Amino acid sequence: MTPDDDIGERLRQLTGGSAVAIRLNPREYADDYFAVLNATLRDVGSETNAHTIYVSVTNPASLVWSLAQALDVDAGRLSFVDAISHIMMNYRDPLPNATYVESPRMLEDIMLRVEYLLRKHPSPRTILVIDSVNSLAIHNPKDLLSEFFHILVNNLKSRQVLTVLLVVSEDTESELDQMLGLVVDETIEVVRRRS
Amino acid sequence: MATAANPEPADASGIRARCLTGIEGLDNILGGGIPRGNMVLIAGSVGTGKTTLCLEFLVRGAEKGERTVFFSVTEASAKLIENLSTFEFFRQDLVKAGGLIFIDVPGIYDQLGLNHEELTLEEIDLLLKTFLDLAREAGAQRVVLDSLTSVCYRIRRDERIRDFMLKLSQGLAALGCTTLLVSEIGQSAGRYSLHGVEEAIVDGVLLLGNARRQGDILRILQVVKMRGTSHSRAQYVIELTPIGLLMAPHLKGGRQET
Repeated sequence: MTPDDDIGERLRQLTGGSAVAIRLNPREYADDYFAVLNATLRDVGSETNAHTIYVSVTNPASLVWSLAQALDVDAGRLSFVDAISHIMMNYRDPLPNATYVESPRMLEDIMLRVEYLLRKHPSPRTILVIDSVNSLAIHNPKDLLSEFFHILVNNLKSRQVLTVLLVVSEDTESELDQMLGLVVDETIEVVRRRS
Repeated sequence: MATAANPEPADASGIRARCLTGIEGLDNILGGGIPRGNMVLIAGSVGTGKTTLCLEFLVRGAEKGERTVFFSVTEASAKLIENLSTFEFFRQDLVKAGGLIFIDVPGIYDQLGLNHEELTLEEIDLLLKTFLDLAREAGAQRVVLDSLTSVCYRIRRDERIRDFMLKLSQGLAALGCTTLLVSEIGQSAGRYSLHGVEEAIVDGVLLLGNARRQGDILRILQVVKMRGTSHSRAQYVIELTPIGLLMAPHLKGGRQET
């Protein structure tokens, strides 16, 4: 269990090449989600001069970008792979720092856009955030998703990229958790710090 | 001297010299690039990335100081260069410096008086000699013909196509050229060229196509054949990005295919 304001510190302790699942409580989703954005984009991303590649499957990149702006995140250090705007027919004003995949079912295209951004923005420290495992699971069969994570995460590990996978679940025995258990080095379970 | 039968001698360890395509994923699955001197068919239906792959192959070679020639049958060079300018990997200075040369084949047809439906044996030999002379004059190490299909439309007969391709292969290999020939095929052709003769002559076949997943279309690349190297025969998904062609494994998710 990690209090929401300690997530950044936990992530900072991880070396490049680590893969971590951050488990958000569905009943506290909005608060947990903002805490995770704060931790990944500002605490780790901005403060360590990392380049962050954010794969948005739950919310359009434009929404995540507006939250990132509220956190004073530098546009030059954040790129998006947006895999949801097309399918939501919400593609009128593409962001300059986003690349768009037509459907969250096109998992290889997500891998290729990540590869494109890794080459386009070479950085001593890179963070990849996938938001979220649950959203990808809505659109893809489990076997395909397992293969996707296995290839993507191991590729990123070999390139010293810190991979952060967001998963919304209270149940540690869920199918998704079992699948992630095969690819991540650790799981951070977010809890609200009660004052 | 290199010959078609043995275009580039193997080194002491028996490994043939390679021509790096410069497309990282492709060089990896070919075990370090196309064996130098090979003639390779780039087969695929419309919109699968054949021309772009070939252009990147030439640009990557020209960047390393190699001389490269693009014989264009189906599209005017000016339009090709304009399209190529949208890619970040393209450098106009390579064209200006003569490292990347575009030759419009319809212009050759005009000059040689070959503007009729079916070429005679003598005319085929004249066309062949012109291709080889132009490649020799350019000092070409990489050649692309886009498309072989268009040329074969005028040759028509299988035995003549076979003879033309054998001589082209021998001639370009003797010049030390690694050659890509574009082959236009239908979605369900069941073969890699218009006549079926072409794939038997060439040293390699790269198949570009489309795969469907729940209605979505993915661009696919597969090395079907490549003499002189062991290579992957798996399918890869490709993306034509501004920085060049990128490849990822085609996910199967445990599906069994026959």
